[in-house]
Amino acid sequence: MNVDQNAKYMESHEWARKDGDLIVVGISDHAQDSLSDIVYVELPAVGDTVTKGDVFGVVESVKAASDLYAPMSGEVVEVNESLEDTPEVINSDPFGAGWMIKIAPSNPAEWDELLTPDAYAAANA
Amino acid sequence: MSDETLKRTNLYEWHVAHGGRMVPFAGWEMPVQYPTGPTEEHHATRNAAGLFDIDHMAQFSVSGADAEAYLNHVSTWDTTLMQVNDAHYALLCYDDGTIVDDIYLYRLPNRWFVALNASNREKDLKWMQSHTDGFDVTVTDVSDETYMMALQGPKAIEILQKVTEVSMEGVPRFTVAEGEVAGIPTLISRTGYTGEDGVELFFDASRALEMWETLLKVGEPLGLKPVGLAARDSLRFEPSFPLYGHEISAEVTPIEARLGWALKLNKPFIGRDAILKVKLEGPKKLLVGFEMVDKGVPREHYPVAVNGEIVGEVVTGIFAPTAGKFAGHAYVPAKFAKVGTKIQIEIRGKLKEAVIIRRPFYRPAYK
Repeated sequence: MNVDQNAKYMESHEWARKDGDLIVVGISDHAQDSLSDIVYVELPAVGDTVTKGDVFGVVESVKAASDLYAPMSGEVVEVNESLEDTPEVINSDPFGAGWMIKIAPSNPAEWDELLTPDAYAAANA
Repeated sequence: MSDETLKRTNLYEWHVAHGGRMVPFAGWEMPVQYPTGPTEEHHATRNAAGLFDIDHMAQFSVSGADAEAYLNHVSTWDTTLMQVNDAHYALLCYDDGTIVDDIYLYRLPNRWFVALNASNREKDLKWMQSHTDGFDVTVTDVSDETYMMALQGPKAIEILQKVTEVSMEGVPRFTVAEGEVAGIPTLISRTGYTGEDGVELFFDASRALEMWETLLKVGEPLGLKPVGLAARDSLRFEPSFPLYGHEISAEVTPIEARLGWALKLNKPFIGRDAILKVKLEGPKKLLVGFEMVDKGVPREHYPVAVNGEIVGEVVTGIFAPTAGKFAGHAYVPAKFAKVGTKIQIEIRGKLKEAVIIRRPFYRPAYK
C-alpha cells in the first residue's frame, strides 16, 4: 500500500495535503484498492462549506457506495471536474490526478488532529 | 448465517495465491475479482476471453426411462424437441406460476443432466425429487464430484481448440459434446452466461487445477484472464440474462420476468395454467431495462418512481462497462413499462432521472 508522506489522513481513509493556504483532499491508495473499480463520484460545488468529519460526497465503486468525510472544515474553492467523466483516475492515481476537492480551511488547527502518514500506515498494516 | 461454514471450490488456494478477493456467495467463498479489477475482467471477456470458476453451481443427473417426460413435466421447455446433445435454458415453476429456479437442460446419449443455481441447490433437489411420482426417473445431486468451469469470449473457442481434439465446428451453439480437454474427459457445452461465444465445461472435480492452469497457459497469450463474480454479474446483465434472487424469484412468473422465450405453453408443465392466466389477463408488473439520464449508480432495492411517486424497485443496478452506461433492471407496474417512459431512481434520498430503454444493453455476439 502506498502512503503519500506529504499528506495527513482520516481513519476513514481520506487524505489532506497542504497546497499553499489550501487543503487538497482525496482518498488513499488503500481506500481505492479496497473499494475496487470506481465508477462514479459525487462531489460538492465550489462555494459549499464542509465541516470536518461530515460527509462531503460519495464515491461509488462497482461494489458499493461509500461516503466521503471532510478531513478539515472550510469552503470548497475548487472541485476536480475531470473525475465526472474519468472517475477511474482515483484508482490509478489516488494521491495525484485523483484529488477531489480543495478547501480554504476555516480552522487550520484541525490539521494537527489528522493522522500522520506513519500512524495511518500502522493502522492499516 | 455468519458462522455458517462456507464451502470452497478446489481452486480456492489458486484464487487466494493469485490475489483473488474472496467473498461469501450462495454459501461459497468465491473470488469477486482478481487484482486488475472487475472492469478489466469484463472487457477481457468481451474482447478476448475470460475463465470462470463456477463450481459453486449445482448439477443433477436425471436418469431413467421417463427422464424426458419427467423434465417435460417439471420444466417450461419442451424436452421432446431436444435432440441428443442439445442444451437448452428453461425454468422450474411452482403451481402458481412463480419461479423455483432457472435451469439448463442437457440431453446426453444415455441420460439427462441439468445445471442450476448454487443458492438453490438443496431447494431444487427437494422440489425436483418431490415431483417424480408416476415417472421412472432418478434425480441425483452430482455437484460435488462434477466441476463446472466457463471459458467465454470471442477467443474462447480458439483457446479451447488448442487443448482438445473435439472439433468445435461440429458443436454449434446450444449443443454439447463429450471428449478430452487438456487430457481430461469433459462434457463440453457450447453455452454460457456472458453474451459471448464460449463453452461451459463439466468434468471430474479432482482435476480442476489441471484444467484451469492448462487453459490459462494456452489462453493468456490470446488475452485470457480469470474472471470473478463482479464481472460475471456485469457480463450477464448487459445481454439481459436473469439472475435468481434479482430478476427472477418466487415473487414473479416468467411473464413478468419477460422470459416468454423460455416457455412452451402448448404442452403441460407445472405452473403452466397459472402462467397462461397471467399472460391472458396481462401482468400487473413487468421487468424493464433502464438507463440513467442523470448521473448516478442505481443499485438493487433502490425505489423507482414515476412522476415522483414510488411505483417499483431496482433488481439489478450497475455501471455497464461495454454499454458505457449507468443502467439497471427494475420491476414497474405494466402501464409504465413502455420503452421511452421517464422514470426516476431514488439514489440516497434524491430522485434521479432515468428512462426505460429497449433490452438488451448488449446483443449476444453469437446471435
